[in-house]
Amino acid sequence: MKISVRDLNIWFGEIHSLKNLSMDVQTNEILSIIGPARSGKTTFLRELNRLNELERNVKASGSVTIDRSNIKKINTESLRRRVGMVFALPLPLPLSISDNVAYGAKMCGGKSKAKLKQIVEQALKKAYLWDEVKDRLETSAFKLSGGQQQRLCIARTLAVEPEVILFDEPCSGLDPISTAKVEEAMLKLKNDYTIILVTNNVKQAARVGDRTAFFLSGELVELDKTDRIFTTPRDQRTDDYIRGKFG
Amino acid sequence: MRNPQRTEKIAFFFLLLATLLIVVPVGLIIVVIIQKGAPAINWQFLTDMPRQGMRAGGIFPAIVGTIYLVSGAILFALPIGLLAAVYLSEYAKDNFLTRIIKLAIVNLAGVPSVVYGLFGLALFVVFFKFGASILSGALTLGIMILPIIITASREALESVPYSFREVSLSLGASKWQTIRNIVLPNAIPGILTGTILGLGRAAGETAPILFTVAAFYLPQLPQSIFNQAMALPYHLYVISTQVPNVDEKIRYGTALVLLALVLFMNLIAIIIRYRFRKKKKW
Repeated sequence: MKISVRDLNIWFGEIHSLKNLSMDVQTNEILSIIGPARSGKTTFLRELNRLNELERNVKASGSVTIDRSNIKKINTESLRRRVGMVFALPLPLPLSISDNVAYGAKMCGGKSKAKLKQIVEQALKKAYLWDEVKDRLETSAFKLSGGQQQRLCIARTLAVEPEVILFDEPCSGLDPISTAKVEEAMLKLKNDYTIILVTNNVKQAARVGDRTAFFLSGELVELDKTDRIFTTPRDQRTDDYIRGKFG
Repeated sequence: MRNPQRTEKIAFFFLLLATLLIVVPVGLIIVVIIQKGAPAINWQFLTDMPRQGMRAGGIFPAIVGTIYLVSGAILFALPIGLLAAVYLSEYAKDNFLTRIIKLAIVNLAGVPSVVYGLFGLALFVVFFKFGASILSGALTLGIMILPIIITASREALESVPYSFREVSLSLGASKWQTIRNIVLPNAIPGILTGTILGLGRAAGETAPILFTVAAFYLPQLPQSIFNQAMALPYHLYVISTQVPNVDEKIRYGTALVLLALVLFMNLIAIIIRYRFRKKKKW
């Protein structure tokens, strides 16, 4: 078991965004999280690498552990290196392609230029982007297409060598072909990383998730093997959501 | 009956008129100063000491004094202003005290310059015993332009998209690394704009240097920062009102040099800013 969540509650001011959440994430699985907007999916992800703490007026109770150590007891820099994140929109930093990928590793310090170059190449290969950009590593990351930018963001996260990767609707701004490429990368990455994928696209959850969790209004309704969720869900609300009756 | 096209024409006319009301006087000022001042400009005027009770000769010491004062003011105000801006926009918690401080800084930018002069006299000249000196004058000018630099720098820092910071932090960078590598490099053009505004103001003001540094007439260049110095705006004031029978040519020549000096410093800053903008990748 990689991540263990117990009785997690999160409030933003008066809004109770996550309610009594308890769940486990297994090592080297892809856990998909589906649910309508404002159901707490992203809030949950951002709690795992403590990005929620950047907001004002946020309160949390309960515990999250990664490899049995409480994330609040790990300093944020090393926690965020272990738990990487790919955001909903491709967000390259205003740097060149190679500097984008090397950024996290550089901030960590103590790496030679040759080593960084090697890290950049490996990460870009893992994100299936190397062949498309290897001749223009020094150009701005903003010159890439949206799909390429998102794979660049994946490479950037991989370069830090995390254990867990959080994908927050990584394909919401992408065309079907780019989406397929990102999904392909995810399935490959599963062998080395634990992946949590938040998605608005129910079919995507069905395609890549080992297990799927359904969130509704800040509560975990159901969590099971993906094929179980999509064939014989136990809860009527899960069934309704998957069939597109709401959300 | 209302005719929308006619209304638009009338509105357009007034907008144009308002723009012209701004542009025309500025243009006229520059034309008049160049017309009347250009005949005075020659190598001797720029590099010579004033002679015959400032009715002849050059304005070299005033040029040197102004350059010293402006450089000193920037040297003092830019680092402090920038650090304060970084603290206020990146670190300070958004509470009552911070808001009061931010409001106070914005208001300080509007305080009349003679008040800064009096403050400089009390603090630097008298209390710290720097006397009337380049040091006192530069510090007084520095304090005067601090609010301009802080306000512009804060705006520049806050205009760097929040998502960049979040991405940087999510990759395990510390807060300072994020500021140093992502926020500051992207805020530099805006910070330089603030510095340009500060430069221009520091070079042109008379009141803050009146009590703290400016000399009526000095036969030699300042030897150290504890000497008094002549400065262009004060020199202009002196030869326009205190010394009788100064040739109009010399007065306008002095004004032209002051104008050119400010524009020249602005130009340098604009070039630096342009270089940074070109490097910007978004």
